Amino acid sequence: MQRIGVFVCWCGSNIAGTVDVQKVAEALRNEPGVVHSANYQYMCSQAGQELIKDAIKEHKLTGIVVCSCSPRMHEATFRKTAQAAGLNPYMVEIANIREQCSWIHKDMAEGTEKAIVLGRTAIAKVNLNAPLTPGESPVTKRALVIGGGIAGIQTALDIADAGFYVDIVEKKPTIGGKMAQLDKTFPTLDCAACILTPKMVDVAQHERIRIFSYSEVEEVKGFVGNFDVKIKKKARFVKEDVCTGCGLCTEKCPQKKVPNEFNLGMDNRRAIYIPFAQAVPKVATIDADYCTMLKTGKCGVCSKVCTAKAIDYTQKDEIIEEKYGAIVAATGFNPISMDKFDEFAYNQSKDVITSLEFERLMNAAGPTAGKLLRPSDGVHPHKIVFVQCVGSRCSSCAEKGKEYCSKICCMYTAKHAMLTRDKYPDTDVTVFYIDVRTPGKQFDEFYRRAVEEYGVHYIKGMVGKVSPEGNKLIVQGSDLLDNKQLKIEADLVVLAAAIEPDKSARPLATMLTASMDTNDFFTEAHPKLRPVESPTAGIFLSGACQGPRDIPETVAQAGAAAAKVIGLLSKDKLTGNPCVAHSDEMMCNGCSSCERVCPYGAITYADKEFRGPNRTTLIRRVAQVNEAICQGCGCCTVACPSGAMDLKGFASKQIMAEVDAICK
Amino acid sequence: MQKITRETLIEKANELLSSGKVNRVLGWKKGEFSYDVTPAVFTDVEQMKKDFVFDDFSGANFSKYLIKETRKEDAKVLVFLKPCDTYSFNQLLTEHRFDREKVYVVGIPCDGMIDISKIKEFAGDGVVSVNTDSDNIKVDTLYDGVKEIAKDKILLERCVNCKSKKHVAYDELIGEEGEILDGNRFDEVAKLESMTADERFEFWQNELSRCIRCNACRDVCPACTCEKCVFGNPNSGVENKSPANSFEEQMFHIIRAFHVAGRCTDCGECSRVCPQNIPLHLLNRKFIKDINEFYGDYQAGEEVGLRAPLVNYTKEDLEPSEAVNREEK
Repeated sequence: MQRIGVFVCWCGSNIAGTVDVQKVAEALRNEPGVVHSANYQYMCSQAGQELIKDAIKEHKLTGIVVCSCSPRMHEATFRKTAQAAGLNPYMVEIANIREQCSWIHKDMAEGTEKAIVLGRTAIAKVNLNAPLTPGESPVTKRALVIGGGIAGIQTALDIADAGFYVDIVEKKPTIGGKMAQLDKTFPTLDCAACILTPKMVDVAQHERIRIFSYSEVEEVKGFVGNFDVKIKKKARFVKEDVCTGCGLCTEKCPQKKVPNEFNLGMDNRRAIYIPFAQAVPKVATIDADYCTMLKTGKCGVCSKVCTAKAIDYTQKDEIIEEKYGAIVAATGFNPISMDKFDEFAYNQSKDVITSLEFERLMNAAGPTAGKLLRPSDGVHPHKIVFVQCVGSRCSSCAEKGKEYCSKICCMYTAKHAMLTRDKYPDTDVTVFYIDVRTPGKQFDEFYRRAVEEYGVHYIKGMVGKVSPEGNKLIVQGSDLLDNKQLKIEADLVVLAAAIEPDKSARPLATMLTASMDTNDFFTEAHPKLRPVESPTAGIFLSGACQGPRDIPETVAQAGAAAAKVIGLLSKDKLTGNPCVAHSDEMMCNGCSSCERVCPYGAITYADKEFRGPNRTTLIRRVAQVNEAICQGCGCCTVACPSGAMDLKGFASKQIMAEVDAICK
Repeated sequence: MQKITRETLIEKANELLSSGKVNRVLGWKKGEFSYDVTPAVFTDVEQMKKDFVFDDFSGANFSKYLIKETRKEDAKVLVFLKPCDTYSFNQLLTEHRFDREKVYVVGIPCDGMIDISKIKEFAGDGVVSVNTDSDNIKVDTLYDGVKEIAKDKILLERCVNCKSKKHVAYDELIGEEGEILDGNRFDEVAKLESMTADERFEFWQNELSRCIRCNACRDVCPACTCEKCVFGNPNSGVENKSPANSFEEQMFHIIRAFHVAGRCTDCGECSRVCPQNIPLHLLNRKFIKDINEFYGDYQAGEEVGLRAPLVNYTKEDLEPSEAVNREEK
């Protein structure tokens, strides 16, 4: 029989305001196993903890129940308290009479009654608790960063600088991400490439960073400190270590009509290509969808011109297996498709473009070498209309747009408007907006400059329709401040398309068992206090895969994620969770149900000898749990048809006792 | 279909026993009455010639007996399996319940087994014997003499809705192989689904209130093979409880249906052996129907090693809300 102590916390007036704590303590005194019951104003305070310690010693308690706030808040605190007094920390149970009781009830009598039930439930469980000892697991001192944009680059550099090995997996042939496609960056207007490419080179040259470009994560197994990851290195048909990046092949390749994704299809590249001049790694890649040699076996020009002999048409996808201690998701974002926004005539006119396409048109390395020319006829546009919030803040059109604010569009549109007016003072610029949102250091000043110094026309209102007429675009919109309808003849229309998480994020989240919100952004462990950690231990979040953000924020978060990874990797051992599964071999049928549902691969089978009837021995197949790998999720306990699997600390019997106590 | 006789099977058993390929035979033998055919283990052919029975009452599914028989010393077991039995056989192999190497399966065709309850319903009290030699069954009764009825009128429920005449496992086949059938086995479930909750409750209350907790359904069920059943475990708190109230009666069968969900091959043994004629198979079929509708058609035991949808996770799995809102569609 246990000797249980009950400690009811007032939490100031948080609990005591709606729950008669005195009455709760008295009622629980009569529960089976309870030998001591007390209440105190702040049980988590130094004095409160001393009170618990003293009671444990004085009454020779074997278990305690603290009726207080959520176990997420102070379970760890009270476990330490119990341990300090010589009690096994897993003999502590918390009855949550704050979040699940006092905070949600107004009536004192009702609240008190419920608090008593919750206390009784925890007592019923402690009566069946047994001391548990956690195991330890080692930490692999290597981190994996998934995504090689500015977020992944910054995280990798910070981790590597702290002395740990880092691998970056990037699905494109080069790292750099979206930032590499940008022209200038707000609010200082420094050139994106000028500040990004040195970092790309730093990554390439860092002795502790490996880049797996043109690669994807194929499988993730294991747990915090001990992830086993399979990375698929897609065949690029060029030997990475041999190619010098001279680019001769990309000039000689006869297949010239491949849409260039780096310029968003506004010009063409060859079937063998290097995405851009500063690509890292600077290695050519053959696009198997377009290469004549790979498709028909006839051509081989690149191989003939390559002096380094780097071309290998027989290359196959390669699977790399590596162990990691921590994984950072930095999968970034994409502008949403404009296919569903027929009203803006994106698919009808080449002169209706997205902001990212505009970015390429302004870029010196872009399809027009930095001259602002219309995609349809190469003529300089004299009237440009920018439309903001295309698909953002779209609560009524959820099936085509996004409900959230994409956050970066107001600032980049102001930037585009300003740069246009600066370079081409003869071009008239109008911006349609719902609200202009510019919270950020130097942001509002930047926007004011666009309006006041550069004479950009900002019109509050939405564009209803864009229709091509001859070589003009007729933009119909409303001016809400002037309360009139406008019809503008424009040469170019730029849509600030909403951004969404990269499509690779969802399957990745499944592999990582990391949670996501309904928009497929990764969710953080706590929106305020743990913003760069996923709720899944050992998984961290960097950049726009967690939510829309600009470059300064991304870099700040990337550094924060790196700091968390460094904190984890600097530990030699992680203390495990003793609340793991175990199998009662006498009851186990060896049916493999548990093995099949175990997400961590913690269950194996062994043939064991058992005593049969009449002095015979019987060999039966039974399940065995690897406690270092088991995370205590409990899937196996519900899948087990015979009831042989159980969870330490959360045994079916304990849970049934709790249910019985509630229903009493 | 050419009728397989008792003699054919004895001859096959004799051949396998004398060659040493097997040393035990799982077969049927006569019970107290001619219609009480029960499972039996034979170790020599003389015994078989004396007691072995194979007729339209040889319904028992032997798959489950293999667990116990293969554990015996040097066991090499010959088992006769009807098409529906082979599904249970595969399911038990999927669950690693016995060693395939120790079993020799002779697949036998089946054109349906008959139901003594239906015969008694037809012929009234005092059934003395039943002659099943032809498709017209002759029932000898104490009070009314011999009565005749067509076999298809008195088939077991599971045979009326036969799901397969094709064996999914065997080492050797006797007779002709059949096809997987498109039965109407879910019609009865659909009827229950279309009832209001109150009507359905009343239906089950009426059926399950007859339960005497004899545990025959559990004992015969090839999916109920736990080393230690909770209902036989003194530590479980629910050991061998006879029903104290109607709620418990229902819970026993519903819990058992959950227990075998996704593993039940719909062999129909539970309903066949129920002395109270409770249509227990309907509970299991409801699960099978739901699984089919939620995850695509799935037949437990179709192949060895199949991953049942309930112990599998795929990205295409339905969301709980889809299941909840199904009624509204």
